[in-house]
Amino acid sequence: MSDTTKKFLYLNRKAPYGTIYALESLEVVLIGAAFEQDVALAFVDDGVYQITKGQDTAGIGVKNFSPTYSALGDYDVNKIYVEKESLEARGLTVDDLLDLKYEDEDDDWAEKDSIRVVTAQELADIMDEQDVILSF
Amino acid sequence: MTILHTVNKSPFEDSSLESCLRCSKAGSTILLIEDGIYGATEGTIISDKVKAAMADRTVCALQPDVEARGMKDKIIEGIKLVDYAGFVDLATENDTVESWL
Amino acid sequence: MPIEVNGKTIETDEEGYLVNLSDWNEDVALKLAESEGLEMDENRWEVVNFLREYYNEYQIAPAVRVLTKAIGKKLGKEKGNSKYLYELFPYGPAKQACKIAGLPKPTGCV
Repeated sequence: MSDTTKKFLYLNRKAPYGTIYALESLEVVLIGAAFEQDVALAFVDDGVYQITKGQDTAGIGVKNFSPTYSALGDYDVNKIYVEKESLEARGLTVDDLLDLKYEDEDDDWAEKDSIRVVTAQELADIMDEQDVILSF
Repeated sequence: MTILHTVNKSPFEDSSLESCLRCSKAGSTILLIEDGIYGATEGTIISDKVKAAMADRTVCALQPDVEARGMKDKIIEGIKLVDYAGFVDLATENDTVESWL
Repeated sequence: MPIEVNGKTIETDEEGYLVNLSDWNEDVALKLAESEGLEMDENRWEVVNFLREYYNEYQIAPAVRVLTKAIGKKLGKEKGNSKYLYELFPYGPAKQACKIAGLPKPTGCV
């Protein structure tokens, strides 16, 4: 990566559908990915609900955008942090989340997991390493 | 008077579900809608309070909102899922609707 | 700007993208290609069909960088480059091919 590459972290804290934040964040991530920065996503608080499995919006007449998270690997967005404490407070485990993968260019395109469950403490360190944090 | 209470906010972001549980009488019905349905899920930091309320109140959740959020398999046993027609029935069966916004 | 296909009027937006994805069929694609001045050959169909599959799975039209990489993986290296895709769709593969595929304009594409 070049010297001009900055580390961007998108911090997602809202549930999907109830408000527009989740969708707006995802769109900004996809647009931002075109600029080839070092992008990471963090899901904290109700944000963890954005990437739960089995969403089916047929009954509420709203587009189900959860399949789009699976395309993030194609956009070289492969650092997806989920806060452990937020999952636990909601009775969720990593098995309740989408199976997000990416192909590692530096490892013969091996398929790897994008999601990393981290503690609040670890997330604090990750936030500390960023150049820019965008909060949704 | 019978009241149908509706809660549309996530219990982890807003105190409306807790206030509703505190301020509703035995025999009343609580319907969780939109992001409120997360309050109907099992194993959370608030599920014990919801289960306690179910002893003397009826707790329901709006099925299309539950399905949209992928929470169908996580709903606390005993919480009734209702569709939009069921929502209308609940509204007409009760004297008034209190929306905890 | 509605277009007419097989006697049916189909709505498009001011840039010519379909308003309703469900209006799409191969005849509509031919008509949209015609309005772009393109003739649909096997190679163009390959890209258009790929885009439809991608949209079906991920609910987005991929950015051109992503499209190029994904095409290369699926259809072979000689097709996974922007030269090949721009030859097929001179005004931008993501833009023109998405239009013909009946998809919305790719996010981030201006």
